[in-house]
Amino acid sequence: MRKVVLSPSGWLTWAGVAVFLTFVTSLIVAVVVSSFGTVWLGTWLPAGFTGKWWEQTWSEFGLGNTLLVTLEVALLVVLISVLLGVPAAYVLARRTFPGKKIVSLLLLLPLLVPPITYGIPLATLLYQWGLGGNMTGVVLANLVPSLPFVVLTMTPFVEQVDRRVEDAARTLGAGTPRIMFSVLGPLLLPGILAGAVMVLVRTVGMFELTFLTSGADSETLVVALYAAKSGAGIRADQTVDAIAVVYMLSTVLLLLVALRFVNPTQLVTRVKEAAND
Amino acid sequence: MTATVVQPSLRLRLAERGVDLRLLLAVPAVVVVLVLFVYPFVFGIRLSLSPQRFTNPFDNYRAFFSDPYYYSSLLNTLVIAVPATFVNVFAAVPIAVRMRRAFRGRRLLAAALVVPVSLGTVFLADGMLNVLGPAGWLNKALLGLGLIDDPIRLTNNWWGVFLSLVVSGFPFAFLLMLAYASGIDPSLENAAATLGANRSQRFRYVIFPLLLPGAAVTLCLNFVMAFSVFPSAVLLGDPSGSSRVLALIAYQEAQERLDPSMGSAVAMLLAAAQLIFVVLVLGARSLLYTGPATGGKG
Repeated sequence: MRKVVLSPSGWLTWAGVAVFLTFVTSLIVAVVVSSFGTVWLGTWLPAGFTGKWWEQTWSEFGLGNTLLVTLEVALLVVLISVLLGVPAAYVLARRTFPGKKIVSLLLLLPLLVPPITYGIPLATLLYQWGLGGNMTGVVLANLVPSLPFVVLTMTPFVEQVDRRVEDAARTLGAGTPRIMFSVLGPLLLPGILAGAVMVLVRTVGMFELTFLTSGADSETLVVALYAAKSGAGIRADQTVDAIAVVYMLSTVLLLLVALRFVNPTQLVTRVKEAAND
Repeated sequence: MTATVVQPSLRLRLAERGVDLRLLLAVPAVVVVLVLFVYPFVFGIRLSLSPQRFTNPFDNYRAFFSDPYYYSSLLNTLVIAVPATFVNVFAAVPIAVRMRRAFRGRRLLAAALVVPVSLGTVFLADGMLNVLGPAGWLNKALLGLGLIDDPIRLTNNWWGVFLSLVVSGFPFAFLLMLAYASGIDPSLENAAATLGANRSQRFRYVIFPLLLPGAAVTLCLNFVMAFSVFPSAVLLGDPSGSSRVLALIAYQEAQERLDPSMGSAVAMLLAAAQLIFVVLVLGARSLLYTGPATGGKG
C-alpha cells in the first residue's frame, strides 16, 4: 500500500465530501423512517412503527398505474431520443458542412433554456393541437430536452472512435448503414447506454414539462408526488413519504445499474489504462 | 451546339463542400427541435405581445417591470440561483480532480456522490423538512451539543431553497467535471512533474487551465437548472416571500390565473435572463484555451 499523505486542501475537500454524504444519507434515512412511523412530532424517532401507510399507498393512491405510466413515458422518450439523436451526433462529430454552426446551436439551445420557459407556450400549443393532457403530449414535451442531451453526450463519444476504423470499413466496401450498425454501433454502445440511462433518469425526474402537459391519467410519479405533497392535509404525510421512497428506490436502482455497467465519464482513459497494463 | 465545359455534377460539387446524403441523418433531430422547441418559442413571444388584460402589445412587460410583485421575483431568483451555481461548480472541481486517478473505492464514492440526482425535488424537500426543520435532527443535535440556544431556521426560507439546489445540482456538476478531469491526459501532468512542478504548480498551470472550458459549460448547465427552480421553492421555501421565483410566477399566471399571455411574457423574461448569463460565461470561455487535452507523441 502506498502511504497516503493529505495536504490541508485535501483534508478540506474530503471533509466537504463527508459532510455532503452524511447529509444525503440522513435525508434518505429520515424519509424511510417517517414512512414507517405512526406519529412523529419533535422526537428523535417516531412514537411507533407500522406498515399501514404502505398498504394505503397501494390501495388508495393507485401507485401501480402511476408507475406504469412513468415507465412507458420514460422508455418511449429514451427510444426516440437515441434513435434520432445518435445519427445527428454522428453528423456533428464527423462532418463539416455549410450551416453546421447553426445546426449545432439549434441542437444545443433546448439545454441552455430552462424547461419552464418553452414549457408554458409548448403546453398551450399542445392543448391547441389536442395533444395536451395525454401521454402523447407528455412524451413529445419530454423529447425537447432529451434529444439534444443525447446529441450533446454522444458527440464526444463519436469523436473518440478512431476515424481510421471507419475508413477501413469503407475501404472494405461497407456502406453508411453497415458502418452505423456493425462498426460504430458496437463501439458506441457504452456511450449509448450511458446516455440512455441519463435520459431515463432525467425523464423520470422531469417535473416541469410533465407537470404542464399531463392530465389525470398521464401523470408520472414525480408529478403525482408533488400533487400529493403540495396538497397538504388531504393525504397523511407518511403516505407521501412512502411514495417518495418508491420514487427514490426506482431511480437509484436505474442509476446504480448504469454505473455498474458503464462508466459514463470516459472511454478514452479506460482504453489508455488498458493499453498501458 | 456549343461544346459544353465539362462540369462536375451537382452532386459532386455539393459533396466537395461536405453536403451529401449522410447529412440526412441529422434531419429528424433538427425537425423535432424546430417543431417542438423553436416554433413554441416564437409562438410564446407572439403570445406575450398580445396581452389578455391590457391593450398595448408591450403592456405585459411594462406591468412586469412596474409592479414590485413581479419584478422582485427576478431578484429573488438571481439571489438564490447564482450562489447555488457557483458553490456547486467550485465544490465539484477539487473533488473531481482528486478522483481522476484510480484508487480503492473510487467507483463507490462516485456512485454515492451521484445518488442525489435520483432523489428528485419532492423527496429532497420531504427529507430536508425532516432533517433541517425546527425540530429536525440537525437542530436536535446542535442543541444537544450546546452549540446553539435556539433552533436555526433552515427551511421555509432562502436557505431551504439554496440547500436543495446544492444537493440536487452538485451531483450533475461533479459528474460533468469528473468527465472533463479524466479526459485530461495523465502524461501531461507526469511531464510537468518530471520538469519539477510540485502539486500546486501542476494544478495551477496544467490541470486548472485545461479544466476551465469544461467548468464554463458546467456552470451554464447548472445555472439553467437553478434559475428555473420551481417545486423546491414551493415546498422548501417561502413561496409568498423570499422564494417567489420567476418560474413560479410564470406557472401561476399561465395555468392558475389562466393568462397564458402574461405567463409567456414572464417565461420569455426568464429565458432572456438565462441567455444573458450563458452568453457572458461562454464569452469568457472563448478567451480560454480550446485545444485538445491529450498529450502529443513521445
